[in-house]
Amino acid sequence: MAKIIVVTSGKGGVGKTTSAAAIATGLALRGNKTVVIDFDVGLRNLDLIMGCERRVVYDLINVIQGEAGLNQAMIRDKRVDNLHILPASQTRDKDALTEEGVERVLGSLSEEFDYIICDSPAGIERGAQLAMHFADEAVVVTNPEVSSVRDSDRILGLLSSKTRRAEKNQEPIKEHLLITRYDPMRVDSGDMLNLQDIQEILAINLIGLIPESEAVLRASNQGVPVTHDQQSDAGQAYVDTVSRLLGEDVPLRFHEAQKKGFLSRMFGGGRR
Amino acid sequence: MKLLDFLKRERKKSASVAKERLQIIVAHQRGQRGQPDYMPMLERELLEVIRRYVEVEQDAISISLDSEDDCSVLELNVTLPNRG
Ligand SMILES: Nc1ncnc2c1ncn2[C@@H]1O[C@H](COP(=O)(O)OP(=O)(O)OP(=O)(O)O)[C@@H](O)[C@H]1O
Ligand SMILES: [Mg+2]
Repeated sequence: MAKIIVVTSGKGGVGKTTSAAAIATGLALRGNKTVVIDFDVGLRNLDLIMGCERRVVYDLINVIQGEAGLNQAMIRDKRVDNLHILPASQTRDKDALTEEGVERVLGSLSEEFDYIICDSPAGIERGAQLAMHFADEAVVVTNPEVSSVRDSDRILGLLSSKTRRAEKNQEPIKEHLLITRYDPMRVDSGDMLNLQDIQEILAINLIGLIPESEAVLRASNQGVPVTHDQQSDAGQAYVDTVSRLLGEDVPLRFHEAQKKGFLSRMFGGGRR
Repeated sequence: MKLLDFLKRERKKSASVAKERLQIIVAHQRGQRGQPDYMPMLERELLEVIRRYVEVEQDAISISLDSEDDCSVLELNVTLPNRG
C-alpha cells in the first residue's frame, strides 16, 4: 500500500510543482518506489520541471477515460530508477477528472508504489479538492507572505472536512508545513514573516524550510529537479525535508542569514 | 542616527503587522470551519433586517453556531451605534 502525499497550497505560484518534483526525486533517491502525478489539468508543468516534456504521450485523463493504460502513460525518470511521472492533460478540461476515476488510478498505483505524490493545482476548487481527496498526508506549501498564509489556512480547512479521511471519520490527514522562498535577510530586517510566526499562526508541524534560491530557477531551466543539485541550499533543504517525511529527526538549516565573509562581500558572491 | 533608528523601527513593523492581521483572519476563518454552508447567507440576511431599523456597519454583526450535547445554540451579536 502506497502512502499518498498531496502537495498543496491554495495560492498559486508558491512552489508546489517545484516541491512535488523535488520531494518525489528525494524519496526515490532514498530507494522508495515513487510516482509523482500532475493534477493541474490544462496547465501542466510538472513534466517541464522533471525534464520529460518530450516523452509525454498519454496523460492522467487518458488513463481515467480508459484510452491508455497506466503503464503507457507513466514516464520513467531518466535519472532515478524507481521514479515515475504521470503527466496531466494539456488539452482537456478539468471536468474530465472524476472522483471515481482518480480513485481507480490511485488504487492501482497503490499496489505498485511506496509513495504517490500529487501535485495540486492552485485554488480551492474541484481540481485542488480532487488532488487532496485521497491523501494520507499533505504538504502545505507556504510563502512568508500574508495571502499565502491565509490561503494555506483555507486549505487546512478543506483537508479536515472535504477529504475521504474526513468524510469517513478516519484518522485525519497528517498535515505538514513546508515554508518556501524564505529569505532570512528580509526576515532579519523585519520585512518578512519569520518561520516561528507562520508556524504559530497555522499551528501545524514544520516539515521543512526552503530558502529563496537561485538554484531553483536554474533547475527548472534545465529540467532537473533541484534535489539533484546537492551543492545548492535549496537542494539540501529538500533532502532534509524528505528525511523528515521519512520520520528522521533532522535539524533545521538555512533559516538564519549567512554572515557574508570578507571576500564574498568584496566580490558580491551570490547565493548558490 | 535618529532617522536611521526611526526607519529601522518602521521596517520592523511590516512583518509584525502582517502577523497581527493574519492572527485575526485565521481566527475568523477557523471560527467558520465546520459551520453549515448557510451561515454566511443567514448572516447577510440578518444584517439586512437589522439595517431596516438601525444604521449599523458591515462588521457590527457576528453569528456563530455552537453545538452542545443535544441542541445547537445560534449566537447573534450585534453592536449598535451609540445613541445621540
Ligand atoms: N525556493 C525558491 N527560490 C526561488 N524561486 C522559487 C523557489 N520555489 C519556487 N520558485 C519559483 O517560483 C515560481 C513558481 O513555482 P512553482 O511552479 O513550483 O509554483 P506552483 O505553486 O506549482 O505554481 P502553480 O500554482 O501555478 O501550480 C517558479 O518560477 C519557481 O522557479
Ligand atoms: Mg504547479
